[in-house]
Amino acid sequence: MSDTHAETVAYVAKTQYDPQPPPVASSGVLGWLTQNLFSSISNTIVTVLAIALIIYMLPGMIEWAVLHSVWNAESIRECREIITNAFGEGATGACWAVIHERFGQFMYGYYPPSLRWRPDLAAVLLIVAMVPVLFRTMRPLAVAMGVLLAAKALFAVYAELTGGNAELVGPTTIAAVIFGVLALVFGSEKTRPYWLWLTFAYPVAAYFLLWGGLGLETVESSRFGGFLLTAVIGVTGIAGSLPLGILLALGRRSNLPILKAICTIFIEFIRGVPLITLLFVASTLLNYFLPPGTNFNIVLRVLIMVTLFASAYMAEVIRGGLAALPKGQYEAADALGLDYWQSMRLIILPQALKISIPGIVNTFIGLFKDTTLVSIIALQDPLGLMKPILSNSTWNGIVWELYIFIAFMFFICCFAMSRYSMFLETRLRAADRR
Amino acid sequence: MANVAPTSEAPVGAMSVSNETAIQIVGMNKWYGEFHVLKNVDLTVKKGERIVVCGPSGSGKSTLIRCINALEKHQSGKIIVDGIELTSDLKKIDEIRKDVGMVFQHFNLFPHLTILENCTLAPIWVKKMPKKKANEIAMEYLSRVKIPEQANKYPGQLSGGQQQRVAIARSLCMNPSVMLFDEPTSALDPEMIKEVLDTMVDLAQTGMTMICVTHEMGFARQVANRVVFMDQGQIVESNAPEPFFLNPQHERTKLFLSQILAH
Ligand SMILES: Nc1ncnc2c1ncn2[C@@H]1O[C@H](COP(=O)(O)OP(=O)(O)OP(=O)(O)O)[C@@H](O)[C@H]1O
Ligand SMILES: [Mg+2]
Repeated sequence: MSDTHAETVAYVAKTQYDPQPPPVASSGVLGWLTQNLFSSISNTIVTVLAIALIIYMLPGMIEWAVLHSVWNAESIRECREIITNAFGEGATGACWAVIHERFGQFMYGYYPPSLRWRPDLAAVLLIVAMVPVLFRTMRPLAVAMGVLLAAKALFAVYAELTGGNAELVGPTTIAAVIFGVLALVFGSEKTRPYWLWLTFAYPVAAYFLLWGGLGLETVESSRFGGFLLTAVIGVTGIAGSLPLGILLALGRRSNLPILKAICTIFIEFIRGVPLITLLFVASTLLNYFLPPGTNFNIVLRVLIMVTLFASAYMAEVIRGGLAALPKGQYEAADALGLDYWQSMRLIILPQALKISIPGIVNTFIGLFKDTTLVSIIALQDPLGLMKPILSNSTWNGIVWELYIFIAFMFFICCFAMSRYSMFLETRLRAADRR
Repeated sequence: MANVAPTSEAPVGAMSVSNETAIQIVGMNKWYGEFHVLKNVDLTVKKGERIVVCGPSGSGKSTLIRCINALEKHQSGKIIVDGIELTSDLKKIDEIRKDVGMVFQHFNLFPHLTILENCTLAPIWVKKMPKKKANEIAMEYLSRVKIPEQANKYPGQLSGGQQQRVAIARSLCMNPSVMLFDEPTSALDPEMIKEVLDTMVDLAQTGMTMICVTHEMGFARQVANRVVFMDQGQIVESNAPEPFFLNPQHERTKLFLSQILAH
């Protein structure tokens, strides 16, 4: 470098620095710990307290739920005898035997045992119907069917060993094999539109499978119960409230005054009323309005009410997403000559729904848990099924086991939804880096 | 900043202008509530004419060109685009929008679609063009704006100048007869302004009818047939660029030019 240059320029870099790894404390396990658990004195205190609490509570919980638990017994008295004999006077343990005995009821309610393959098949088909909506390829379906078959085989082995009888080859197994293989062979992204046809056909298929008809023996709605009922209400509510919510949200933002008023009134009314009120309307009041003698299916009435209720919330969530989109997106779509429905479908909704994913899934989860309210109008959902067990002399005294079991089942479903929404957000974020 | 001149020095202004009318605006008025934004605006644009609209902020430039493709509704007067009068008839509005391309200050690309999809969307859905043909046309226009290699990226991955050129290509894919530009370079960094202006000069050389709201006076000198100066919702002065810049007539024009050319 010449001297003259050095005089006119105050600073010139002479070397290029090589990149160095970050200091140990800011990366790796140690870095994570210091950043998240011990970043300050108060943080450290909270961490220590939390660990102490876990250490204090966990052993007792494990002892009660696992080590001292009883899986095979005829009554709560037998449970207690077994525990006392094995672990001494005063020992407590979970009596899971009640779940064991009532498992079928918790799953299907009073659905005739000989026909339970039909809800099973409907569940398998539900997975088939959901995968093309939730994922881009059908590979997850192949995985799910594989897991299902493996689980079924395990159960069969278990039943064989304990002297029970399990039929290994039923309609569900066949369906799982067929769709699993189909998903493996024709599972690429290109075939997705064809799979979506199955999704559209699913509600009809599920209806006939569950309620009968078309040569299948009919099953009364009053026999539906347990998680079957939860799933029917939850899935219908979820599948129905999203499209209905979209339409309501668009209606509320519309320029047509009458449409706008109708949608606004509907949303505000439904949101202003507790779900339980709507359910009572469904179960009792509707009878006064309907002509005498009509036997309008109670489950169907509840389905409609739950869907309407959820769709009002959905509409507001989606309206938030619509409002969050920059005005320029609407204008660009208009300026290109797209008509209203085209611009909504191609430009506005894909972006607005993406923004709304957390709120949408939040509403789904809320709806799914609200299905337990139907026990108040005497439908036999898992909570409804609990009542007779609680007052049954054989099991009188059991509370925790039932609640824990039901809570666990709900948690699995809600947690799965929550994880899926995070997966979806990541996937969509990867697709368009703004 | 106001004087960034495009490099290709072809005398675009000399290009032929036909006698056919592309856009005719007669006695047009618009209010926002009580506020009178556009007052008795008359403007006739011939086919192949290139008009630059300038004026102080809030003078109604954007509103004027947004009325031409009915992004804003005018309340009185007439707007006739390619022989079709703009009324509240949705069919006519759609027809006019098919024929009038618009480029916005903030690009307004669709972030969830690739560059290519941005360009093919309207031809496929509005013009019902087969996808293959739409792709070909889009690639052709993307080459014209010199970014064919970005076709499969998303808008967020492009620089501002590149995004604006995509926006221009997207409009051109509809094969419009008129292009409207609303301050296409004012959201851009200085080094990107030139690439966008160059693209617009190229477009002007193809004989496209253009109405361009801009403060790029170098561009106005080189490309415009006519410069329209607006103030407070009125067209104050309208003249060929040469006399407009050298010999402005109205006091407000003189003031505006002295301010904008001062730095
Ligand atoms: N949607 C609206 N509602 C009410 N007033 C508006 C609306 N849009 C614009 N205005 C007003 O109308 C006037 C003209 O706006 P316009 O955007 O056309 O100005 P402009 O000349 O494009 O200005 P700029 O150079 O800042 O873009 C401004 O005073 C603005 O405040
Ligand atoms: Mg403007």
